[in-house]
Amino acid sequence: MDDSPRLKIPEPRFKPGDDPDFSGIEIPAPGDTRRPDVDAEPREMRDLADGLIRVLGDDNKATGPWQSELTATQLLKGLTDMMRVREFDRRMMAAQRQGKTSFYMQCTGEEAISCAFRTAMADTDMNFPTYRQQGLLIAHGYPLVDMMNQVYSNEEDPIKGRQLPIMYSSREHGFFTISGNLATQFIQAVGWAMAASIKGENHIAAGWIGDGATAESDFHSAMVFASTFQAPVVLNIVNNQWAISSPQSLARGRADTFAVKGIGFGIPALRVDGNDYLACHSVALWALERARRGLGPTLIEWVTYRTAAHSSSDDPSAYRPPNEAANWPLGDPIERLADHLIELGEWSIEQHQDLADQIEEEVRVAQAEAESHGTLHEGPKPTRDIFEGVYEKIPPHLQKQRDLLEGMTWRE
Amino acid sequence: MARMTMIESIRDAHFVSMEADDAVVVFGEDVGHFGGVFRCTQGLQERFGKHRCFDAPISELGIVGAAIGMAANGLRPCVEIQFADYMYPAYDQIVSEAARIRHRSVGDFTVPMTIRMPTGGGIYGGQTHSQSPEALFTHVSGLKTVVPSTPYDAKGLLLASIEDNDPVIFLEPKRLYNGPFDGHYDRPVVPWSKHESAEVPEGHYTVPLGKAVVRRPGADVTVLAYGTMVYVALAAAEESGIDAEVIDLRTLIPLDTELIIESVKKTGRCIVVHEATRTSGFGAELAAIVQEEAFFHLEAPIRRVTGWDTPYPHAQEWDYFPGPDRVRAVMSDVMEV
Repeated sequence: MDDSPRLKIPEPRFKPGDDPDFSGIEIPAPGDTRRPDVDAEPREMRDLADGLIRVLGDDNKATGPWQSELTATQLLKGLTDMMRVREFDRRMMAAQRQGKTSFYMQCTGEEAISCAFRTAMADTDMNFPTYRQQGLLIAHGYPLVDMMNQVYSNEEDPIKGRQLPIMYSSREHGFFTISGNLATQFIQAVGWAMAASIKGENHIAAGWIGDGATAESDFHSAMVFASTFQAPVVLNIVNNQWAISSPQSLARGRADTFAVKGIGFGIPALRVDGNDYLACHSVALWALERARRGLGPTLIEWVTYRTAAHSSSDDPSAYRPPNEAANWPLGDPIERLADHLIELGEWSIEQHQDLADQIEEEVRVAQAEAESHGTLHEGPKPTRDIFEGVYEKIPPHLQKQRDLLEGMTWRE
Repeated sequence: MARMTMIESIRDAHFVSMEADDAVVVFGEDVGHFGGVFRCTQGLQERFGKHRCFDAPISELGIVGAAIGMAANGLRPCVEIQFADYMYPAYDQIVSEAARIRHRSVGDFTVPMTIRMPTGGGIYGGQTHSQSPEALFTHVSGLKTVVPSTPYDAKGLLLASIEDNDPVIFLEPKRLYNGPFDGHYDRPVVPWSKHESAEVPEGHYTVPLGKAVVRRPGADVTVLAYGTMVYVALAAAEESGIDAEVIDLRTLIPLDTELIIESVKKTGRCIVVHEATRTSGFGAELAAIVQEEAFFHLEAPIRRVTGWDTPYPHAQEWDYFPGPDRVRAVMSDVMEV
């Protein structure tokens, strides 16, 4: 039956062996995407879901209506945060390759989004992250040694070796415990925000999800609840083009962008150049202010590119050309911000190298300290009670199992 | 002290807990102005306002997921899933999230919440309004699972559940909402007003989680039951003339193993009864525990009387339901060994 309807099976733009050419992607100039008032009605902002908010142009200058008021010192803080994240990732990935831990996930190329967003938040706000937002912790000053202790599951691991590397948890730093089951956190963020509102606290929640996981029902539920109850929440989709080996088109379907998915829910939806620190910070402030003023949720699609492999277990050479990241038209967030600071006369190549050296040393020292507490397979082996904390109090059946484990003679 | 139906006592528990603690919020499908399809939340919105009792969109995933976020932010949600059969879209949130958050974050975040859901059949509900999914919860570490069988227990157990700092699954046998149903579907229903376990004290009290109760002392055989099956077991004991000891488990996790084993050691026989499907049901766990801990006291094999491994049928629901005839037959069998 030749005339029967045929399914469309999405394919990536390019495959290994192709020369990735992104010239077909239209990149608006800064200023092309307007900046509505924070209290504008969702229906008046529908065009933004198809735009691309940018501040830093190809000339390294900041222009357009989304220009931020960040000082040179604040920009330098952003640059330092991003460089620290990248160096942290580099070292932990190497540690994984050396067998010091089981698993690692880098966020190379995506640093601007979480670093800028965290900087725009208040201390009382809460993130519901997925697994590639280490910038939220680092930009808020969470100690690198604590993060490494978690990655190593060593004796100082704040979560006692119970979770895979990178599944951090820190209420103090506004970072909800990460789940390996994707998307579950998105609706939880909405619930957290609803609770803040019910309690009369002006605290904002931010949910984080990847392009691929928007296909989960949790995404849909979160959008319904956020819209219906007008919860003070910012819902972030990090579109890094890839969900392991699946192109973003597999989850996006025939919608033009991920942001347009907000329109059907009556949620204002913005699309942002996620490799532009200034744009990221400016949009984060805008959405957080909306939430704080009781104007409801915002959906943000952060357009970026996953430069690194999905995880230490992944081999992207099997499904994409090796130079795809280099050809990505939105560039690298660290280079772009450094070039902007140089353009402003606030930075130099020498200063940049000095900062890189300083961060390298800082992360090296942190790693040495973390490794003094052990790594996954070496060093001190603390007794860890896996039965503790399943419930607030250990019930009789678990106590019995605990006694069984402790009584086993093969144990040291 | 007033006599209440189980619906009224559940409603009363909500009033008492919401009055005592501003952190208690209630939401679910139709629970607000309408008061829930079984009326268990009637009057709460009027009394406590729309921010503490409200309707949720038809999204069980959303209800439980949002409740988790609320609980992590200091509230104590008590949410309603309209029928236990509708729970499945929320299962990932229950199993991978609510049950695990305390452990995986080493107590950095906790989830004190109660998920109520009507369970069981015998109301011509067909396969989507009759299921008993308790074993899907007891199999998950980090959850507590509660099944009341009287109006008194329903209020006391619900208050204990809401006040508990761990997630609790609260399964309400809907066939018991209006009276103690013993499985004789062809006889008139006895209303709770004629039953002494419908005496419900005013105000606050709790029935502790993890404590079973002997509903009928006996010497011949221990019958382990919960929810609707308690009354079925009691009827079978009376009708058979066999001196059965009927234990109402009340909570499945934590389980009152001590009371169970003590009873089996005394009677030397054990029958496990539940309405849920048989294979991998909670009865299998009970049978395993009894043989592990009381094997040398047993004079007969442990037997199960359960629903069949079929979907709960509509027109033929009494073929599925493990009524007093089936319990009686198995009682006679084990007494002849």
